[in-house]
Amino acid sequence: MSNNEIEIEVLDPTAPAENSPPLARTLTIDIWTMVVLAGFSLVMAWDNYKTGMGWTEDGPEPGYFPFYLSVILILASLYGIAKSLIERRAAGGDAEVFVTRDQFKRVLLVFLPALAFCVGMQLVGLYVSSFLLTAGFMIFVGRLSVWKSLLTALIFSVAMFYIFEIKFDVIMPKGPFEALFGY
Amino acid sequence: MEAFSLLLHGFSVLLTWKILGLMFVGLILGVFVGVLPGLGGPNGVAILLPITFSMDPTSAIVMLSCIYWGALFGGAITSILFNIPGEAWSVATTFDGYPMAQQGRAAEALTAAFTSSFIGSFVAVLLITFVAPGIASFALRFGPAEFFSVYLLTFCSFVGLGREDKHKTIISMALGLLLTGIGMDTVSGTLRMTFGSTDLLRGVNFLVAVIGLFGISEILLTMEEQLALKGHAASISPRTVLKVWMEMPRYWVTLVRSSAIGCWLGITPGGAIAASFMGYNLAKRFSKDPDGFGKGKIEGVFAPETAAHASGTSALLPMLALGIPGSGTAAILLGGLMVWGLNPGPLLFVEHKDFVWGLIASMYLGNVVGLVIVLATVPLFASVLRVPFAAIAPMIVVSCAIGAFAIQNAMFDIWLMMLFGVIGYVFKKIGIPLAPLTLALVLGSRAEDAFRLSMISGGGSFGIFWSNWLVGSITTLSFVLLFLTQVEKGIAKIGRVFRPAQA
Repeated sequence: MSNNEIEIEVLDPTAPAENSPPLARTLTIDIWTMVVLAGFSLVMAWDNYKTGMGWTEDGPEPGYFPFYLSVILILASLYGIAKSLIERRAAGGDAEVFVTRDQFKRVLLVFLPALAFCVGMQLVGLYVSSFLLTAGFMIFVGRLSVWKSLLTALIFSVAMFYIFEIKFDVIMPKGPFEALFGY
Repeated sequence: MEAFSLLLHGFSVLLTWKILGLMFVGLILGVFVGVLPGLGGPNGVAILLPITFSMDPTSAIVMLSCIYWGALFGGAITSILFNIPGEAWSVATTFDGYPMAQQGRAAEALTAAFTSSFIGSFVAVLLITFVAPGIASFALRFGPAEFFSVYLLTFCSFVGLGREDKHKTIISMALGLLLTGIGMDTVSGTLRMTFGSTDLLRGVNFLVAVIGLFGISEILLTMEEQLALKGHAASISPRTVLKVWMEMPRYWVTLVRSSAIGCWLGITPGGAIAASFMGYNLAKRFSKDPDGFGKGKIEGVFAPETAAHASGTSALLPMLALGIPGSGTAAILLGGLMVWGLNPGPLLFVEHKDFVWGLIASMYLGNVVGLVIVLATVPLFASVLRVPFAAIAPMIVVSCAIGAFAIQNAMFDIWLMMLFGVIGYVFKKIGIPLAPLTLALVLGSRAEDAFRLSMISGGGSFGIFWSNWLVGSITTLSFVLLFLTQVEKGIAKIGRVFRPAQA
């Protein structure tokens, strides 16, 4: 028998609170997603209708296949909307929670920096942007020590640069900083 | 024994230091992503795909498939030690694996899981070695109508066999197929659904979508949950390994049964999850001691792991032989094939012998090496979990961005990736399955081409899909699968009508 058991315990200091108020119900999001999908496929169907969804001498027109897919998508979404509306009426107030306020906050906490990183990619290049994202995220979101975060971010970004730019010739957007080194 | 000599040739392709090195790196990276909470096979492969872009196809597929094996092995580690299934098909492993860890038998459970994964994969690879070439050469005679009917069968079996709501599977699939239509129509050269945008001209790239759906969305989901975890650490001593291996032959019936279930369900799309549960439940039903299950019985680890891995591996069979992936991960690998300039389908066995047999040989070798690596390095990987998520999340975002950008050097793809990240997050939370979407995205344009070509040759009549016994039976089978639940209900009803009469 193995008697070298060690307990591993990892705690999460920024964990979302259990009793955070719900922000949205799953069925509500379900219905809205279906509405968006139905709207999207309606636009697609209309565009394919314009392109031509009928038959010509030499077979189906370009819009034929996507047009009928849009129709299937619309029908399935409408069915989904109806089904979820009925379910929501039955479930009332205790329907499954889609996301609580704390959870949503945490999702934004990673999504917004990621968006900022994408914008930064265009301005200062991928590698500098990646350094800023990693260091910033570790310091401000993870509340890790500053020197550890900066070091990790530096090693990571330089490693990425070495792997992709030098070893594998995968060209990424670069900014003024890389230009200093002649890249 | 032609397969055997070709396989030997495959091994000779593999046995270079470069490929062996890549294999090793792939396995380690795979176990790493498998152990990280929230990330599993498809995510790992999607995130690490960009590393392979500039490699030759054989090295690339060997590395990617090794990442996949590694992730499968890694999933078992978190299931057993922390009661956190890395993927849906590891859920059944936690039933008996975690109780074993609690009783201080973590090492045994891990050895059992790794070894049975190995056996499951091995059986599936044997199946691929000897069956896939036959199917491929049979499929060489397929025309567009046959291919379309096989695609139809794939899609319908997702709807019919999936556990999700049927309309949600249909939505996922139709959306995927629709998205592949965006851009230049390959047959007529007409622009479709681009709305005047030059960025949409290129269409929605499959890999960009996949990186968003599996990489970015997974980060959002993981972030939302509480990341605290508590569990056991264990190292595996050679004596434990030997003890489990000595015990193993007693459960040969379970192993064979689970392998068979896994292989069968793996070939039909979306089967790995079902396979692991079925393997577990059948082992429990046929056991002399069914009450012992769930309380730390080693057989309860053998059964689901063997089935899950047999099905995860055999999902590659239809991908190699027909160009139709049997799982989400197989679909991503298939997308990779196209990036490396290979055309998936039965011709692969004829035109790219080195590639195909190299891949098959790497499945054998990768599993053996993987087994040794995980047995030796469990304590190391378990401590990976101590690395704070705040350090890993931004790195994954950066890797995803590199991958999405590198495919077409387009900034537009980065935004598309973020959009798919949000879509993936919402879809997962409201229960729209992502696997059919992935499959539809990768098969979409080929399915459409096959459809159009067969309609042209059929003169615009749907009769072409019933024009001979082969295509007719596949098409009919598709519709049977599509309405499987209704058919089952109907049969049950007929049965009920007749029963009172017999009594």
